[in-house]
Amino acid sequence: MTATIDSEPRASVNLAVLKRAGMVGVLVAAAVVFALLKSGSGIVVWQSVVTGLLTGGLYGLIAMGLTLIFGVLDIVNFAHGAMLAVAMFISFGVVQATGLHPYLTMLVTVPALFLVGAAVHRGLLSGSGGATLENQLLITLGLSLLLENGLLMFFGAEPKNVTLPGETQFGVFGAVVSGSRLYAFLGAIALGLLLYWMLQHTRLGTAVRAVASNGPGAELVGINVRRIHTLTFAIGAACAGAAAALAVPLLSVTPTLGEQFNITAFVVVVLGGMGNVVGALVGGLLIGLVEQLTTIYLDGQSSLLGVFVVFVLVLFLRPQGLFGRRT
Amino acid sequence: MTDTATTGAAGATRATAAQAGTAPPLRPQNRQLLILAVLVLLAIPLPLILPPAQGAVAVRILIFLIMAVGWNIMSGFGGLFSFGHAAYFGLGAYTSAYLLVEHGVSPWVGMAAGMAVAAAVAMVIGYFSFRYNLKGAYFALATFAFAEMLRLVTTSTDAVNGAVGYQVPLIQGSSVWQLQFPAGSPAYFWIALVLAGLAVAVSILFRHSHAGRYVVAIRDDELAAASVGAPVMRHKLLTVALSAAITAIAGAFYTQYYLFIDPQLAFGSSVSIEAIVTAVIGGIGTIWGPVVGAVIVGSLSDVTATLLATPPEFLGFLQGRSGLDVILYAVMLILIVRLMPKGIFGTLAGKISERRRR
Repeated sequence: MTATIDSEPRASVNLAVLKRAGMVGVLVAAAVVFALLKSGSGIVVWQSVVTGLLTGGLYGLIAMGLTLIFGVLDIVNFAHGAMLAVAMFISFGVVQATGLHPYLTMLVTVPALFLVGAAVHRGLLSGSGGATLENQLLITLGLSLLLENGLLMFFGAEPKNVTLPGETQFGVFGAVVSGSRLYAFLGAIALGLLLYWMLQHTRLGTAVRAVASNGPGAELVGINVRRIHTLTFAIGAACAGAAAALAVPLLSVTPTLGEQFNITAFVVVVLGGMGNVVGALVGGLLIGLVEQLTTIYLDGQSSLLGVFVVFVLVLFLRPQGLFGRRT
Repeated sequence: MTDTATTGAAGATRATAAQAGTAPPLRPQNRQLLILAVLVLLAIPLPLILPPAQGAVAVRILIFLIMAVGWNIMSGFGGLFSFGHAAYFGLGAYTSAYLLVEHGVSPWVGMAAGMAVAAAVAMVIGYFSFRYNLKGAYFALATFAFAEMLRLVTTSTDAVNGAVGYQVPLIQGSSVWQLQFPAGSPAYFWIALVLAGLAVAVSILFRHSHAGRYVVAIRDDELAAASVGAPVMRHKLLTVALSAAITAIAGAFYTQYYLFIDPQLAFGSSVSIEAIVTAVIGGIGTIWGPVVGAVIVGSLSDVTATLLATPPEFLGFLQGRSGLDVILYAVMLILIVRLMPKGIFGTLAGKISERRRR
């Protein structure tokens, strides 16, 4: 599962990935054509595709942290959504208190979530108590309940909103896109590339990939595995912090907002291949599309239904993800 | 896991030899059934003693108990970590509510139908999950996805009243056949007690049956169990079906007791979480763990509610806030998983049997 994080530049592998990507592209095109036939209106489908892709970028960004944690530590972090909610409240609080631009709150949320992540890993998950899969599931589940209800108790359930100063609308070949959505999408792509670059080209990134592919081996060559684990968990949490600052003008901030993103993020992680950062970004875009197209296909059904159907199919048929190799 | 059954034949013979002359000790399942009978008998007068508000808490504890016993059979004995028991709870609740409201069928028949539906759905989900070899986190995520799908479909299907849900039609007076009594009647408690007692009894009998031993063996080492000829697939399916059927009882009874069900109450992820937390706090894979856990988790929300209604001085800022009960059981969950992974009952039982052996 973790093999995808160190994408060695081998021609055969790249070819297989390209083939796979081509197939996914064909499937997406077919889905869009089918939606076109179903709705009979080009502009409706185009608007859905644009909205889907833009929302999908955000899903990808949230899922990136999750997939990093899964790929390196083999921990399914059920608390990821709750951490996102915590970061949203921090961002909201900073905007309220200082009047800072919402995107600049990233300077607060990213370090804060980094520390939260490090503390959670050191305090709860590392060591023998956090060893088995069941225990990790239960601990992160407990943590997510704790964070969500802590927020609920101190801030109440009423939704809070942050508006983006100078919010505008863009037209993209007839589709209407709000500025905040577009900026969040661009920010997600940029952060995804930054994370990818960090993993591929820095010393820390190399160490992270080494630990992911072979923990004991990494230990033998002098990498402090426990430290890398903590750092990875912290970086994963920091991704949620960055996503929160980018998404805060788009959403109403409630204690339970993490729940829905948690679900979607898991779907994206499995779709992109657990541990595959670029896969998570692509998977996010796909899930954004699926959500939008579901509302065209199935009248009156929730957009999440299509997401779950795709999820179950992927779990059954390609549990290693769309781009992963079968292990 | 820590059942007395595992002490083995050697320990039993030594015990008999030591107390020569006295009656031989009971077989473990008979002893557990005896304990269960005593517990049920002790619980019978409870609704007459407790004030009405606490009576409602007692019924809720029993509903939690049935749910947790169901979850424990699949995830404790079978080792198949389910994150979607809301699916079976909800199917039980919705089947009985649908049959009652739309067709006037007795809730008892509805409960049986709900058990059948839940077991069938569990076997279908289970078949595909095992066929495609989903394990650990993947299996948990798949069960979660199915529960959520059921929630979304019921929410947007008009044939089952969509997001509105069902209200149980009220009748005059009380009727056992219609499973409806005046509010606060002790009959609700007694019926729940019988159902919970049966659920625990089934779990005891299952744990010690041939099938149950196979299931535990498959959990501990699937490859080894398969290589000595244990029919793996059949026993896994049996486990999930039994677990789902028991959980469906809780759902059907819930509907009758609260007279109302909607997609969120039936299929919401908080239902799955309650089943998990209850069993884990008590002790995964033990007979009595879910019982202990249900008493703790079920009474916790009542304790915090009274605490928050009239908070002591230093907690004054919490007045009227919600969420404290979940915070407490989340903290308990984390601490128990970190410090006593066998749960409260499992750890205590382990300590006691250790001392006895010494």
